[in-house]
Amino acid sequence: MSPLVSFRQVATRIGQKDILCNLSFEVEAGETLVLLGRSGSGKTTALKMVNALLLPSAGEVLIEDRPTTRWDPIGLKRRTGYVIQEGGLFPHFTVAANVGLVPRLEGWPSPKIEARVESLLNQVGLPPAQFAQRYPRELSGGQRQRVGIARALAADPPLMLLDEPFGALDPVTRVELQHMLIDLRDKLGKTALLVTHDVREALLLGTRIGVLHNGRLAFFGGRSDFLKAQDEEVRAFHTCLGDTWKDSI
Amino acid sequence: MLARDIVDLTLEHLYLVGVSMGIAASLAIPVGILLTRRMFLQRWVLGFANVMQTVPSLALFGFLIPLPFLGGIGKHTAIVALVLYALLPILRNTLTGILAVDPTVRESAVAMGMTGRQLLWEVELPLATRTILAGVRIATVTTIGTATIAAAIGGGGLGVFIFRGLASVDTTLLLAGAVPAALIAVAADRGLEWVEQKLSPV
Repeated sequence: MSPLVSFRQVATRIGQKDILCNLSFEVEAGETLVLLGRSGSGKTTALKMVNALLLPSAGEVLIEDRPTTRWDPIGLKRRTGYVIQEGGLFPHFTVAANVGLVPRLEGWPSPKIEARVESLLNQVGLPPAQFAQRYPRELSGGQRQRVGIARALAADPPLMLLDEPFGALDPVTRVELQHMLIDLRDKLGKTALLVTHDVREALLLGTRIGVLHNGRLAFFGGRSDFLKAQDEEVRAFHTCLGDTWKDSI
Repeated sequence: MLARDIVDLTLEHLYLVGVSMGIAASLAIPVGILLTRRMFLQRWVLGFANVMQTVPSLALFGFLIPLPFLGGIGKHTAIVALVLYALLPILRNTLTGILAVDPTVRESAVAMGMTGRQLLWEVELPLATRTILAGVRIATVTTIGTATIAAAIGGGGLGVFIFRGLASVDTTLLLAGAVPAALIAVAADRGLEWVEQKLSPV
């Protein structure tokens, strides 16, 4: 089976600065690929190329074998779930309206949207009776992020993009949501591309890990390879893990 | 007799303000939206509106008199001048309101697959409503005051009392113009504040 997403020698520059350089990798259907990197490593830029929020200046990004430049940009975005830090929820929409957005844009009949919203809110642990009619400002950070995930799943997209989805949460809530995401992913069989600077998150969620450093791929592979890798940038991330993890390296 | 005149001129005043604000809002809001899409036009359009705002009002009314179509003596010249004055606050607030929409909200709207039009109508305008209406409110209150000068070029309104009172040094006449104008301004301010609260989605 061909990969769901493939980057082929992708490069992009803003002004004089190369943001991404000769980036090539693939995301297989069903896996969770984590792009790990420091701030400014180009990981968010890479993520935004997948749903054509950005287009490469050289090379191409293929989604189901078709370059993003040849997809209908609106259609591609509607069939790709997108979760960002702090959720990016619409403050003037209720939780139900936020979650039901893409189905509504896609013209689903409203009873079908309502049923979908209800089932999704249950799946992310927000009982609809209690939460559907609330506004984002009436939610905690963790609850907002649950809504963000439900919204990304609403139109049942094959691929989810997550940009530091848990970055703004307290550690306890973060772990809760990470496990919820694992459960959802396993249950729904979604492919996910997640961007983070948190090496523990990468090891917890990633079936494979790509390490980005200054716009280049410093490492790409499975978890055990990541822990054995000797690349300087990867070792910099190893040191973040502390002593408890050292034994497994 | 005076009571009767007060009612008539107040209605005329309301007419001047109402028509001017209607025209100003229907010009400035769309142009303000356009400016958020075509940033390079901002300097020119805001520059024009700024200049209009700095021309002393009596002079502006005077300048308009010799112009064909727009000018002359009477109500429509007064309305043109009032519209020119009201443009800036509405333009500026439309621009500010839309540009102040949280970039992450805008980005997620685009990433969800909203078209440009959906982004405008479903996200940007609702979130900017409060700021845009605040601009309309400022412009309205100012226009109620400025409209008293319309009487200088035969535009009518409560300014008629004020100019007549000034000419004849008659305080009663002056107050007959100034007090209703002030009351209308306060009422409009309160009323539009209420509308702002009602229409704002957040």
